This record gives sequence, structure tokens and C-alpha cells, in this order.
Amino acid sequence: MCPPTLPQRMDLRYSEIDEAFRTELRAWLASTLPELASPPVRDDWPARVQYDTEWQRRLYDAGYAGISWPKEYGGRDASPSEQLVFLEETTRARAPYVGVNFVGTLHCGPTLIAEGSAEQKREHLPKILRGDEVWCQCFSEPDAGSDLAGLRTRAVRDGDHYVVTGQKTWCSFGHVGHFGELLVRTDPDAPKHRGITWLILPMDLRGIEVRPIETVLGSSEFCEVFLDEVRVPVENRVGDENDGWRVTNVTLSFERGTAFVSEMVDALRLAEDIASDVQDVSERRELAHIVAELDGLWALTKRNVSQAARDSSPGNGAFMLKLAYSEARDRLGELCMRVLDRGAFDVHDERVEERLRTLSIPIAAGTSQIQRNIIGERLLGLPKEQRWVSS
Amino acid sequence: MNFDLTDDQVALRDGIRALCQGRFTSERIRTGFDQATFDELANTGVFSLRVDGFGWADAAVTFEELGRAAVPGPLVWSHLACGLVDGIATGLAPSRPDAPAFVEHLAGADAVLVLDDNGVTRIEPGALSDATILDWPLDPLTPMHRIAALPTGERVAGPEVVDEWRRGGAVLTSSFQMGMAQACTDAATQYALARFQFDRPIGSFQAVKHILADMVVRAEVARAAVHAAAVTLDDPGVGDIDRAISGACLLAGEAALKNAKSSMQVHGGMGFTWECDVHLYLKRAWVLNTAFGTAAEHADALAARL
Repeated sequence: MCPPTLPQRMDLRYSEIDEAFRTELRAWLASTLPELASPPVRDDWPARVQYDTEWQRRLYDAGYAGISWPKEYGGRDASPSEQLVFLEETTRARAPYVGVNFVGTLHCGPTLIAEGSAEQKREHLPKILRGDEVWCQCFSEPDAGSDLAGLRTRAVRDGDHYVVTGQKTWCSFGHVGHFGELLVRTDPDAPKHRGITWLILPMDLRGIEVRPIETVLGSSEFCEVFLDEVRVPVENRVGDENDGWRVTNVTLSFERGTAFVSEMVDALRLAEDIASDVQDVSERRELAHIVAELDGLWALTKRNVSQAARDSSPGNGAFMLKLAYSEARDRLGELCMRVLDRGAFDVHDERVEERLRTLSIPIAAGTSQIQRNIIGERLLGLPKEQRWVSS
Repeated sequence: MNFDLTDDQVALRDGIRALCQGRFTSERIRTGFDQATFDELANTGVFSLRVDGFGWADAAVTFEELGRAAVPGPLVWSHLACGLVDGIATGLAPSRPDAPAFVEHLAGADAVLVLDDNGVTRIEPGALSDATILDWPLDPLTPMHRIAALPTGERVAGPEVVDEWRRGGAVLTSSFQMGMAQACTDAATQYALARFQFDRPIGSFQAVKHILADMVVRAEVARAAVHAAAVTLDDPGVGDIDRAISGACLLAGEAALKNAKSSMQVHGGMGFTWECDVHLYLKRAWVLNTAFGTAAEHADALAARL
């Protein structure tokens, strides 16, 4: 952790501790990355799971797994600026992306650390860190997207079990996950935010059917999950019954902190890579605007990290990163398409595939419109729009 | 890393903000820049800040507050020239030799400074006898003289000072613009809360709320970029100075312009009146987008660094 002394000036210098960490990490990446097999093809899911979890195991063995997790749960407990260094270096070195470990290491793990029972922590946290357990997210429903709290998947208590029936969608890694983070409605009569419960869903239970969703990329990591009278043990509940919305927000606020850092570093790299292909004056100026925007977001991230180190929560800037990044990334994607011209007809070009993939950024994890509502209401104190009343 | 305001900078910011709120009200700034404005700012140390040992980041924090209040005057030039010119300085930094030459705030200036690649030239204002004042200037608070030909002046500094002034002038201009962008956000937000239509505050409508949210984000990202540029100028080892400065100018210039226009839109018909301050911010934003590099020049400079 950072010392509590007041800094003497505004600066962008990493500390000696940060730089020592960077040197050590760089050396490890330089010796480890050449040992990796080449990444599997996009649709070979068994191979992808193996590749991603092997990478997670290497991180674990080297002491880099759970970079932000507390030490008592096997994490590294790195300071916010060391986390930034970690994301910067792994992305720049083109280390494997977190992949199928995303939900476990970045969502469920932090939620269990904050809200799980001692038994749940003991059972799952070490396996997540070692890459032995893959998790998927079962939050959204066909009728509960932006209005997530309107979810209707029903859980009825029956002795030591909840009997769960309903449908989930946009479940990241649903077809390869061993466990799911599942939100269910346990009290249909309570106000919608107060009748939700957070459950650990073993994906091999009877009554679960998983169907992959075909996205604009042709295939994806997303699935629909159908639940038909699935019996989930009550001991799998995280937090109290009907307190699941609060438990969920622990995860969501975590997501706002550093979730887009590797995306941003990656976008900057792409922008710098295509610079030599951009010849037209107006396109070069557009590229400059995009880079200015990404550099500005990178500076805002450093501001958040500085505020997080001091106040132990990121400042208001954290609310803005996703919205601003979505816009900058879209501009970069469009610039790539213009520069590639007819070369863009072939999706095998990484830049074309990236253009397609990044179409989801303004939609996933809170659409840009929802982000603007949050900024307007929480930061500016503007009133909510009046409820719609059926005429 | 502490990329946030220090306690001293917070105190500096609050002090300048209090000065502006007390002394540079909308009523006052509408009377334009004069010797009294200069003296008040000079007494506070706005111009001598760096001569007194403060850094560019401190100057950036100061100029953001001046921008918030849209204080008129050749403030950036007078800051840059402090120590070289005794009194009010204005100037020109022509990017192209064929560009039409204008000097702001010529009347009352003690010196006119001209930047070119070889150095800084000082011209006495009296020597610009053929300068003609624009009788309908774009920004009513920035009087402009058109210059037909520049008389020979006295070389007062070399190329290394020009480099520092171009960069520093860009940082201070972008700080001022970012402050203007923030002021537009604040004014539009207050108006959206106070103005009722259809029996509710217009800020409750998502169509209006989303304009305001975009304004917040523009100003905040620009602030981070401007502070990064100022810190890099103070501590060149941390990054590419010219990339940081051009990026800051692009973001702050755009934020000032777009937020002023958005504020006008939120204010509706009121925003189109002379009485409402928003046009003063918009017109200043246009004028400042030509100072110390246009958007196109900064974009070209940034692209060249990639």
C-alpha cells in the first residue's frame, strides 16, 4: 500500500517500488511468453479453455495471479499503481488475455472475497486463482437488460435447496464454466431491488441447458442458459436472501475501477500500429484526435488510481471511462475500416475482427445511454425521468 | 505516482476561484480588460507565478480558474513575458508567414511580442501606427487590431525561449479552455435544474441529461490531458512533451467549443440572447482555438509523433 504521507507535487512518475515490479515482471514475461504454444483458433473451445487456464496457472506459480486480491486469499495485494503497471506490461508484451478466467478472477472472486462465507472462500478462491475453476456470468435475461433489477428467474425455497426456473442470456463463458454467478428472484412481492438473491450455480446440475449465441462475429463466448427446476443448495447463497442486489453492486463497482485499462492500452497500440498506413491528411488528423482521446483517458486512469490510493475508492472519473472509451474505440474502428479500404473485406485481418468485436463495447456492461443517465443523476444530481404509466 | 492536485494546488485553485467569484463577476468581465484587471491579477501573483518558483502545473491550475470566469485580457502573453516585460504584454505567434496578422488587446499594452523560429522580438505598441481596430470583433471582450506589416523590433530572447513559450502558451491556453468547458457544464446544469417545462425540470429528460453527461466527460478527460501536459512540461522525463501538449490542446479546444454550444442548446432561446453569458464563452472558444496552434496544426503535430 502507498504510504499515507501527503505528496509534494502532482506527478506522473511511478515509484521505485513500481519500477522494480515492472523490471521483474518484464523479465518474467520475456522468459515465459516464448514458451507458450500459439493461441488456439477462435472456435476451438476445449483448446481455448486449456490455453487460458494454463496461462492462469503460470501466473499463479509466478505470484502474479489475483494481482489486486488480498494476500490472505492468495492474491498479490498490489497497490493500484502496480496493478496499472501489470496491465500495461502484460498488454504491451501481448501476453494472453484473461480469457475464460475473466468472470472468476475479475467478478466472482472479488464478490466472494467481499461477501462470501468462509467455506465458500476456501472452496473457490484458490481454484479460481490456479485456473482450476472456470466461472460464467448468469445475470441478464431476455427481459432484464439495462433494467437488470427487473430480472424474473424465480427461486423457490424447498428445504435445503432453492428450486430455480427461468432463462438467462449473454452468459459469458456459459458453455465452458464450471460455476455460474446467478441472480434470482426470491421475493416477487418486494420492490424489485429487494427481492433478489445471489447464488453460486454449479453448471453440471440437472435441469440446466446451455445454448451458444451467434453474435455478429459468427460465434462467441456468450450463451443462453435455460433453468428448469434446478435444485441449488441453500449453502450456495452469497450474502443474505433478498440482499443480492447489494452483493451484485460490489462486483459492478469493482468493474468500473480498472476493467478498461487493458482495452485502452491495446487500443493505443493499435492506433500506433496503423499510423504508418494512414496517409490521407484528414485521416491522419482523425487518428491524432483518437490518440489524444486515448492519451486523455490514460491520464484520467492515472488520476483515478492516484485517488484510489489515497481515498481507497476511485474518483468520479471512473464513471466516465467506459462512456468515453466506447466513443474513442468506435472512432478507431471506423478509421481502420477506412484505411483498410477493400482490404477490410477479409475478417481474418485482425483489425477487421477487432472492429466487429468492439461493436459490443457501447452495449455491454451498461450501455452508453445508461452511463449517461448515471453521470447525469449521480454526478450532476439531475432528477430521474418520470416513470412510464400505461395509458 | 500522485497524479492529483496537491494540498497546495487545491489551496491555490480555491484562492483564485474565490478571487474570480468576488472580483470577476459576469458584470465586471463584460466591461472588458483594463489596467485595474491587470493590477489585481498581478497582485495575486497570476503572472509572476513561475518567476516566483511555481511550476507549469500550478500555472495550469490557475489558468483553469481564470477560464472558468472567462476573465478577459492578454493573460497568457502577460504570464509568459513576466520578467521580460514590465507590465501588460500581448503578442503574436504566427504559425504561417502568410496568415493574416492580428493583435489582441493592443490598446493599453506595454509591449507586443512576436514569436518566430529564431526568437522573440519586442515591438513598441506605438510603432504599430497602421494597425486598425476591428469595430465589430467576434469576441466583444477581445478587442482585435489588424496588422498590415510588422515593423522591425528588438530581439529580446532566443529560440530556446520560443520553444518554451510555444509549449507553455499552449498549456495555459488549454487550461483556460478547459476551465471554460467546466463553467459551461456548471451553468447548463444549473439551468436544467431550474428551468421547468411540461411541469418538470428539463434536466430530468434524458435528451437533455445526455447532453450534460457528454459535457461532464469532455471537461474531465480534457482536464486529465491538460494536467498531464503541464506535468510533462515540468518533468520532461515522464513522456513525450509535444504529444502530450498537442493532445491536451485538441481535447481542451474541442471541449470549450462543444460545451459552449451544448450549453447554448440547453439554455434554449435564452442561450441566443446577449444577456446570457454563454455566447461570451463560445466566442472566446473560437478565438482561443487560433492561439498557440490551431486544431489542425496540433493534429498534424501529434500525428507526426506516432
